[in-house]
Amino acid sequence: MLESTTQTAAVPAEEHPASSPLSIHDMTVAYHRKPVLWDIDYNAPPGRLIAIVGPNGAGKSTLIKAVLNLVPTVSGSVRIFGQTYRKQREQVGYVPQRSSVDWDFPINALEVVTMGLYRRIGWFRPVTRKYRQKAMRALVRVGMQDFAMRQISQLSGGQQQRVFLARALAQESDLYLMDEPFAGVDAATEHAIVAVLRELKDAGRTALVVHHDLQTVPEYFDEVLLLNMRLIAQGPVSEVFTPENLRATYGGKLALLDQVGHRMTMSGDAR
Amino acid sequence: MSDNRGLLLFVSLLGAVVVVAALATGSALLSPETTATDGPTFAERLLRVVSLRDPNTRFVLLGTLLLGTTAGIVGTFMLLRRQALVGDVVSHAALPGVAVAFIVGELIAPGSGRDLKWLLCGAALAGLASVVCVNLIRRFSRINPDAILATVLGVFFGFGAVMFKVVQQMKTGGQAGLNHFILGSAATITPDDIRLIASAGLVVLVLCLLLFKEMKLLCFDEGFAIAEGWPVFMLDITLTGLVVAVTVIGLKSVGILMVALLITPPTAARFWTENLGKMIGIAAGIGGVSAVLGSLASALFDKLAGGPTIVLTGTMFFLISLMFGTERGIVCRWLRHRKTQRRIGRADLLRAMFEIIESRVNGDGVQNVERLTTEAVEHADLVSKRSWTAHRVNQIVSRGVHEGIVRMDSERGWRLTHSGAREASRAVRNHRMWELYLITQADIAPSHVDRDADFIEHVLEPELIEQLELLLAKRDEQSVIPPSPHPIGKQGE
Repeated sequence: MLESTTQTAAVPAEEHPASSPLSIHDMTVAYHRKPVLWDIDYNAPPGRLIAIVGPNGAGKSTLIKAVLNLVPTVSGSVRIFGQTYRKQREQVGYVPQRSSVDWDFPINALEVVTMGLYRRIGWFRPVTRKYRQKAMRALVRVGMQDFAMRQISQLSGGQQQRVFLARALAQESDLYLMDEPFAGVDAATEHAIVAVLRELKDAGRTALVVHHDLQTVPEYFDEVLLLNMRLIAQGPVSEVFTPENLRATYGGKLALLDQVGHRMTMSGDAR
Repeated sequence: MSDNRGLLLFVSLLGAVVVVAALATGSALLSPETTATDGPTFAERLLRVVSLRDPNTRFVLLGTLLLGTTAGIVGTFMLLRRQALVGDVVSHAALPGVAVAFIVGELIAPGSGRDLKWLLCGAALAGLASVVCVNLIRRFSRINPDAILATVLGVFFGFGAVMFKVVQQMKTGGQAGLNHFILGSAATITPDDIRLIASAGLVVLVLCLLLFKEMKLLCFDEGFAIAEGWPVFMLDITLTGLVVAVTVIGLKSVGILMVALLITPPTAARFWTENLGKMIGIAAGIGGVSAVLGSLASALFDKLAGGPTIVLTGTMFFLISLMFGTERGIVCRWLRHRKTQRRIGRADLLRAMFEIIESRVNGDGVQNVERLTTEAVEHADLVSKRSWTAHRVNQIVSRGVHEGIVRMDSERGWRLTHSGAREASRAVRNHRMWELYLITQADIAPSHVDRDADFIEHVLEPELIEQLELLLAKRDEQSVIPPSPHPIGKQGE
C-alpha cells in the first residue's frame, strides 16, 4: 500500500554518507515492549530546513531523542556527518520540548542560554564574561535581549521557547534538532523562530524540526519527513507533501487534514 | 554579575565559618576548661551558654553551625533535583546500618562496636544501599517514584527498629548511646565530631563550588545535559554521595530528622530569591543559624533533644519566609496583587472618564488636555460605562481623588485634574494601540479585542510599548490618539 507513495530510495551503497548531516540506517526504537519506530532509513540533505510531520504517537520526538542517545535504540545506527553522535556532539544543537523542564527553576533567561556553552567552557570552570556576551548575542538573535535578566517563570510560553532556541543557537552547531518549537507559541515568537530558521539555512546549516501545523509546512520548510512509526515518505516538500502521502501518514485521522490550520492536540507524543 | 556576588558571599561566609571552626577547635583542645555542674540557676546557665564559656557549648555550636550550613548547600541541589524525599530515605535507612554495624563490631571484637567511625560507616553503607534500591526499582519497574521511596523507607526503618531491639537485648554494654542516632543529641558533640563535620563540610563546599554549573544544568535540564554529553549518572552519584555524607555525619547530633535540616532551609530560601547562587547562600545561612539557635535552646534546657529543637527552629524560619519572603512570600504576593489591582482600577477610571467625555465633545476636543478637565462626569455615567457596582465606583473614584487624578466637581460628579487628563490621554492611547496591534497582527475579531486588550495593557512591558509606538507612527503619523477600532461605550454592557 505504501510502495507507490514512498520516496525513500533504496539505501545507498554508502550507508552513512559523510556529507549528510544526519544519516539513520535501519533504526528501530522501543519503549519497554512496544516498538515506537521501525526500520528508519534516512539521509538528511545538508543546508535544508526539514519538518518532521506525523500524528500523535508517531515517534517524532522519539526519533530526535534516539539520535541524541536520549533513548536507547534496539537496532540500527546513526551518524552525524559520517561519525557517531559521541564524536560529533559539537555539531548538534538541541531544542527540547518546552514542557520537559521546570520553569520555576531559580535562574534567569541568560543563565539558561549560557548552558548551551557549558560544554565549551569545560569542567569546573565558571561562566566568564566572554561566554555571557556570547549568550547575550544568541538572545539578541531571537529578540529576547530585553528579557535576559528576567526569571524564567516570568516569561510567556513563547518567550520561554525563544530562550530554548537561543540556547541552541549559542551552541553554534551545524545540525539542529528541535522538538516542537512552534507548539503553543504566540505570533511574534513564530515569526522569530522562522526568521532564525532562515538564518540558519542561509548559513548552510541544517535543521530538523518536529512540526504540528500542516498548513505552514510548505511555507517554512524545504523538505519534509512523514512519519508514523515507519518512515512514510521523505523529500522536498513540493514532491512529498501530497494528499496521498498525508493520507498514508495520518490514516483514519484524515478528517484532520480538512482542518489544517487548526493546531492539532499536542499532548501524548512526548513519550 | 549578581549571580557571582551571591556565590562569593556564601563562599566567604563558609570560609570564615570553617576557619573559625578550626581555630576554636584547636584552642579548645589546648585549654580544656573544667566545668562545674552544681545546679546553677537559669540565669547562670543562660550566661554560660551565651558567653560560650563552656568549651562543650562551643563544640556544640560549632558542630551544628557547620552541619546546618553544609546541609543547606547540599539540600538546595537536592531540592531542585526533586529528590527531597531521598534524604528522608537515606536517614531512615541509616538506622539499621548503625545497629548492624554495632552487632557485627561486638561479634568480631567486643567493645569495638561502639566506635563512632565504625557506626557511621555502617550508616553510610546502609544509606547508599537504600538509594541503590530506589534506583534499581525505578529502573526495572514502572512503579511511581513516591511509592518506591515510601516502600524502601518503610522496609529499612522497620528492619532498623527490629535490629535496635536485638541490640538492646545483647549482653554487651554501651548500646545506650545508640538511641542518640534516632532523635540526635547535639549536646554530645566532641572535638572529634567537629573535625569530622568540618572536613565533610569542606569537601561539600569545594565540590559544590567546582561543580556549580554542572549541578545547575543537571537540576534544570537533565535531557539537555545528557545530549550535551555530561555524565549525568556520575553527577547524580556525586550529589547522592554528598547527601548520604551529610546525613550520616549529622545522624548523631540531629538524628533521622537530618532530612529536615537538608530540605527546610532551601525551601525557605526559595521565598527570598530567584537566583540559584543566592538561594544556596541563604539556605546555608538559615541552616547554620537554625542549627545554632536550636542547639543553644537544647543546651539551655537539658531535657530538650538537639535534633527536634534544631528542626523546629528551621521550621520557624520556614514559616517566616513563607509569610514575608521578598520574592514569593504570601504577604509580598498579596501586596503586589493589590498594587496591580489599584493600577488597573486607576487606568480603568481614567479611560472611562476619557471615553465619556469623548462621546460628548466628539472630535478634536479630546486632543486638548484643557478641554478634558472642564467636563464633569457623574456617578451614573461611570456605573453605566463599565460593569462596575456603585460601591466599586465610589471606591475607585475616592482613591482617584486621593491620588490627585480626579477632583470633586461642586455639583455634578467629578472632573479630571490636569495630571489626570494627561494620564488619561496616555492610557487611552496605549489601550487603543493595543487594540490596533491585536487586530492587525493577531487576527482577533474586533468585537473580541477590548477584553483581551484590557488584560494585556496591564501586563505590558515598557519596551513593548515603544515598539508599538513605532509601529503606529509608521501607520498613522499625525494621530496622537488613534480612534477606537470599535464603537465606544458598549463594553460595559
